[in-house]
Amino acid sequence: MTLFIDVTLNGFVIGMIFAIVALGLVLIYRATRMINFAQGAMGMFTTFLAFSLLNRGVGYWLAFVLAILIGFLLGAIVELLLIRPLQGKPELNPVIVTIGLLIALEGLAGVIWGNSGRGFPAAFSQSGLTVGHTKVAFSHFDVFILVVVFALMLGVLVLFRATNLGLRMRAAAFAPEMARLLGVRVGRILTLGWALAGAAGALAGLLVAPTSSFNPYFMDLFLIYGFTAAVVGGLDSPIGALVGGLITGLCISFVGGYLGSSLEPLGALALLMVALMARPEGIFSRPAARRV
Amino acid sequence: MSSPPTPPEAAVVPTWARWVRLPRQPMLRHLVFAAAAAGGFYLLTSNLSAYNDFQVGEIALYAVALAGLSVLTGMNGQISLGHGALMAVGAYTFALLATHTSINFVLELAIAVGLTAVIGAVIGVPANRLKGPYLAGMTLILALGLPLLGDKYQSVFGGDQGLSTIPPTAPGTINPEEWLTWIEIIGAIVTLVLLANLLRSRFGRSFRAVRDDEIAASLAGIHVARTKVVAFAVSAGCAGLAGAFLALSTGVVTPGEFPLTLSIGILAGMVLGGAGSLMGVWWGAIVLVYLPEWSTSFSGTFNLGAGVSAYLAIIVFGLVLIVVMLAVPNGVQGGLRWLLRWAMLRLRRSPPAVAELQSEGHSVS
Repeated sequence: MTLFIDVTLNGFVIGMIFAIVALGLVLIYRATRMINFAQGAMGMFTTFLAFSLLNRGVGYWLAFVLAILIGFLLGAIVELLLIRPLQGKPELNPVIVTIGLLIALEGLAGVIWGNSGRGFPAAFSQSGLTVGHTKVAFSHFDVFILVVVFALMLGVLVLFRATNLGLRMRAAAFAPEMARLLGVRVGRILTLGWALAGAAGALAGLLVAPTSSFNPYFMDLFLIYGFTAAVVGGLDSPIGALVGGLITGLCISFVGGYLGSSLEPLGALALLMVALMARPEGIFSRPAARRV
Repeated sequence: MSSPPTPPEAAVVPTWARWVRLPRQPMLRHLVFAAAAAGGFYLLTSNLSAYNDFQVGEIALYAVALAGLSVLTGMNGQISLGHGALMAVGAYTFALLATHTSINFVLELAIAVGLTAVIGAVIGVPANRLKGPYLAGMTLILALGLPLLGDKYQSVFGGDQGLSTIPPTAPGTINPEEWLTWIEIIGAIVTLVLLANLLRSRFGRSFRAVRDDEIAASLAGIHVARTKVVAFAVSAGCAGLAGAFLALSTGVVTPGEFPLTLSIGILAGMVLGGAGSLMGVWWGAIVLVYLPEWSTSFSGTFNLGAGVSAYLAIIVFGLVLIVVMLAVPNGVQGGLRWLLRWAMLRLRRSPPAVAELQSEGHSVS
């Protein structure tokens, strides 16, 4: 029974982190209709930059905020330098470029920081809270993760539903030609989508790093779980990212808890295949009509 | 990368081939190429040291894996980030057969290829419903997840220690290392000839038709889903053969031999050579084999420390993927072909044709 409770709690928390990664993928998909396979690696890189800042004596929260700002800039730069020139080319080309970016960033982080054995510090205590007399697998840091993710989701919801900018972003995503005719600077909106995704990726990196071994590959698995979450929820929908994240988190946590952690990626693969067979558009996306 | 502006059938025969008068029958022409390649390799291996022979064998085995991916991506428009994992399937199948049975060596290879092709087909079925990026994500999960099974089922796969393979006994007085290299070279040549023939066949044409326009292809009576599954199975079979060869040449199969960087390295090698080009795979294979050595000597020259060289190779793979896609989407072979056509047209002084080629530029994709 304790195992069941712990696994469920853990599933909620990692699901929240998957939701952030998925949110980044969704923002980029809405902007440029592609999957950014470097989403995890970009977050990894900014987290290592934060690590360097911490080692130079910069305060934790300042480094935290700076990393997110750098992530924002990194997303914009990647869109402008690498993705924009490939507009109108076959759709595999930008995907291959992001795969190249993924591995180039990992190599670069490896050259700069090596496999530094030291871990990345957490914002709050990571030891489990005590409920009654038993210790559960739910710490202050996990509470922090939940709060951050809900605040982020609320912010994205307000941005898309209640602001002029959000309206323009939705217009650019769903009807770029029409939006352009109506005076929306679609190019800038695409860059902004990538920048916001970069910031989300940086945040994901900062939240994952304290819980895993801190090496250039630490976001690899979170990328594939975030991808699964985004596909399950629907690549078009920020709410889908949250729900998909929860489903994927619980699924991965149960596979890991009951069958062994080395089966977790294949659990994600199974979930992904089931989702694609049952509802290829995801839970929260409108099914797309295929134009002949 | 997936839609060449020139009709592929016209572009398949290179300009110089018309001068040299190669046989017009594709099968015969491919056999002439194969014989020439075999002769070249014979001269190469008989003049090289044992270690260089080993590397030539490695080049041959990576050429097989790259050719499989090149056919899948360049000719059928599907992408796979999981070819490293499929190589693991071939390698472990071969090693398991070698440890537990005493069947013929060629039969072991055939079973390894067949099983990997079946696994490829199983992946290919849901992949049917997936457009490029989804498929890339799914195969990425495979690349990360499949090698972990080696740790999970230690009693079968030997855990981190892995499984060892026994090299086949060389006939007569042939040096065993050289014999191993020759097996890999013959495997690579046979695979490339078979793939070249497949691409000139009805199947190859339907691969390309599906790549260029699925709806048009299905209206023309091509079974799109089946074509994609067959392409994935063929491609996976090549990866399986490459994996079995890898098991043979290193003598041991461990999960650590098949990291994500292998899968992405194979993608980078394929993109570098030129997607869809069976000649281009050799460029990619040479880089895959020699890059670790170059980066080790580079980091040695600049005193960068021991751990750095592995990461340098990874950075190069990443840069190759980015730069080739942005600058020469058809890779080295595509770039060479473009240069050759440009030079030919210049020789014949045909300004309109040159202008047309220039406007086409390097985006000959």
